[in-house]
Amino acid sequence: MSPSDLVSSHTISVLVDNEPGILARVVGLFSGRGYNIESLTVAETDARENLSRITIVTKGTPMIIEQIKAQLDRLVPVHRVRDLTVEGPHIERELALVKVKGTGERRVEALRLADVFRAKVIDAKTDSFVFEVTGNSDKVQTFVGLMEGLGLVDVGRTGIVAMSRGSEAL
Amino acid sequence: MKPEEPATTGADLLVKALIDEEVEVVFGYPGGAVLPIYDSLFKQNRLRHILVRHEQAAVHAAEGYARSTGKVGVVLVTSGPGATNAVTGLTDALMDSIPVVCLTGQVPTHLIGNDAFQEADTTGITRPCTKHNYLVKSVANLARTVHEAFYVARSGRPGPVVIDLPKDVLMNKHDYTAPDKPVQHKSYRPQVKPEASKIEQAIELIAGAKKPVFYTGGGVVNSGPKASKLLAQFVHMTGYPITNTLMGLGTFPASDKQFLGMLGMHGTYEANLAMYHCDVLINIGARFDDRITGKLAEFSPHSKKIHIDIDPSSINKNVRVDLPIVGDAGHALEELIRVWKSRQPRTDLKALKAWWAEIDGWRGRNCLAYKQDNETIKPQYALERLYHHIKDRDHYITTEVGQHQMWAAQFLKFEQPNRWMTSGGLGTMGYGLPAAMGVQIAHPDSLVIDVAGEASIMMNIQELSTVAQYRLPVKIFILNNQYMGMVRQWQELLHGGRYSESYMESLPDFVKLAEAFGAVGLRCHEPAKLDDTIKEMIAVNRSVVVDVLVDKTENCFPMIPSGAAHNDMLLGPDDKAAKPMSEEGMVLV
Ligand SMILES: Cc1cc2nc3c(=O)[nH]c(=O)nc-3n(C[C@H](O)[C@H](O)[C@H](O)COP(=O)(O)OP(=O)(O)OC[C@H]3O[C@@H](n4cnc5c(N)ncnc54)[C@H](O)[C@@H]3O)c2cc1C
Ligand SMILES: Cc1ncc(C[n+]2csc(CCOP(=O)(O)OP(=O)(O)O)c2C)c(N)n1
Ligand SMILES: [Mg+2]
Repeated sequence: MSPSDLVSSHTISVLVDNEPGILARVVGLFSGRGYNIESLTVAETDARENLSRITIVTKGTPMIIEQIKAQLDRLVPVHRVRDLTVEGPHIERELALVKVKGTGERRVEALRLADVFRAKVIDAKTDSFVFEVTGNSDKVQTFVGLMEGLGLVDVGRTGIVAMSRGSEAL
Repeated sequence: MKPEEPATTGADLLVKALIDEEVEVVFGYPGGAVLPIYDSLFKQNRLRHILVRHEQAAVHAAEGYARSTGKVGVVLVTSGPGATNAVTGLTDALMDSIPVVCLTGQVPTHLIGNDAFQEADTTGITRPCTKHNYLVKSVANLARTVHEAFYVARSGRPGPVVIDLPKDVLMNKHDYTAPDKPVQHKSYRPQVKPEASKIEQAIELIAGAKKPVFYTGGGVVNSGPKASKLLAQFVHMTGYPITNTLMGLGTFPASDKQFLGMLGMHGTYEANLAMYHCDVLINIGARFDDRITGKLAEFSPHSKKIHIDIDPSSINKNVRVDLPIVGDAGHALEELIRVWKSRQPRTDLKALKAWWAEIDGWRGRNCLAYKQDNETIKPQYALERLYHHIKDRDHYITTEVGQHQMWAAQFLKFEQPNRWMTSGGLGTMGYGLPAAMGVQIAHPDSLVIDVAGEASIMMNIQELSTVAQYRLPVKIFILNNQYMGMVRQWQELLHGGRYSESYMESLPDFVKLAEAFGAVGLRCHEPAKLDDTIKEMIAVNRSVVVDVLVDKTENCFPMIPSGAAHNDMLLGPDDKAAKPMSEEGMVLV
């Protein structure tokens, strides 16, 4: 396999006008052109300028990743497209809410692991907890995996938000 | 103090905005949701409305108008079925980068989402087939949105833009907003000027080439007529060979000896072999379409590739290039010429001489040759004769889709841009007649000819009624082979001659059909009478339908079968058994 066939994961930040239909444009672009979305988050980030930030994690060969960025950039309401994966060091975070049901030893073990992962207890009943865990996706995934053996009943994940390190803005 | 009563309804604002955008003609079809606009149109005389007979035709007419003038084509249709009928035209304009603004009616804002009468999610449906679209929710935004839509449609890589207009927005009142000049869009600002250092690198590569070829496309047409002038100037300065895509025909004079003809699936032997063997390939405003590249792995395998394109997403999409240059074709050519002049590079004349000798050898194969007898008219012959009679007249050509389209590309010669309108990217049968109407509206005194197939012409035949209403003298030159010839050809070559559903049963009598619509009908089946028929077609100052009965089984050659490489071309009927088609090839279209 030559390097040009190597598939890798990229985290892309997109600054867009916060207007109706913008998410449909972005998602439609990915489905219509057969690109893959591993994670997608979106929320308004600048109310005064009416801007939203979309963070997309996608996978592809270098040529496909380049296409994805060019295609995104060509959408009229898109202001900026940045590939955080290639543009130097960046940080990624994801938040998950994890509901675990159980009593006795399993309950104690869940609480102990939550502590190791710095997950917060945000709801507690005598037979259940809801934990809030934050970190990179691997950490969140590992925590959720561990809870599977301890009475996991529900998970909600935000998907990834990401930012470059240092003083530069998007 | 009492605020001033805003005097203008949305519909009137819309008309004013169109006039400010220098619109002269609107192609449309009325309906409930757009009645306020039709009312405003009725009360003025600056905008001309052309009533088509199907909304798809309105878009193709606007495309023909746009492509032949360089202006934005404008369409007006009603909600629901009006909008959905326009979808094929919009997709066509998107694929071929044609600037169009399409105004669609919509149910009033408070009914949106209620499955109201003639409601369709127009912005949802047209999102993937427009460059951009808008739903105007308040009359306060209407004029500004119209101005923005025109800016988006014509800037950068042009394309179709839809503005969806709820009926209440058309009836509410507001003040007018004039267009900003120049427009400062907050996010859409395509790069027009190429990077200087890239131009320097390009000159170095171009000057050092031993086997160069220019490959130019629709982007040069999009850039405006000046770009074609600059292209000819630069190509002459270098002395290098040049080939055009289907969309790029006319960007370089076809009669020039440096011109190799069209390239690609039905391109010439010399153009395709030059692409295969070249060492430097200079792409200006073409998009490495699959009809051009054939088998990607074997596409121009020995060349360094330069690609000048205004849309970064066209670059490195199908073919990896060595020197990408983002910018407008005209601007880039201006810079290339300037730097070439100042550097006075010395090209390798000896190598170039050998390269031209090689090319002349390929030319010697005479790949477009055909045999005309006294019995049946060969389609190629019909087009050669047509060209003979129109070449000294001011003329425009449109086509439908199929073999006749490819023969038109091969046998009609284009000396200037904007004279050739064809559906390249989408390949829409039914494009040619409405496109010809749009061209004729823009150029009332010119000769406008739709080169048609008998199957394609049936797809928008109702437009003969529009032609009659506006007394458009368009000529419809049907190469009638009684088959969906292009389909038949593939079935012959790739599906063992099983002609499944490609014979055109129950064709109408085109002469009578023409007469029924108030046009003149002519028929010709003898080679000896062809010239007279063509002369009569031109002489009659009315719309004419010419039914030319041609050889039913003629195939269009050369042909690079799908999935094959440029040096693997079928040159004629005796060539077909050379190689069975690959399985990967069979799945391609
Ligand atoms: C039956 C059939 C057979 C066909 N066979 C052939 C064939 O044999 N040969 C052939 O060539 N085609 C053929 N086609 C057409 C083919 O499908 C494509 O439509 C065509 O090749 C594309 O032409 P193009 O590359 O010039 O690109 P276009 O579609 O014209 O695109 C223009 C390119 O230029 C860029 N551009 C736009 N504006 C500018 C500007 N101002 N400056 C710089 N760049 C700009 C755009 O971003 C785009 O990349 C066939 C079509 C049909 C229906
Ligand atoms: C709307 C549409 N439907 C189907 C096709 C597929 N198609 C391509 S060429 C062709 C046949 C065209 O026949 P005709 O107009 O007679 O032209 P000919 O090839 O015979 O010159 C067909 C069906 C198409 N291009 N467009
Ligand atoms: Mg036919």
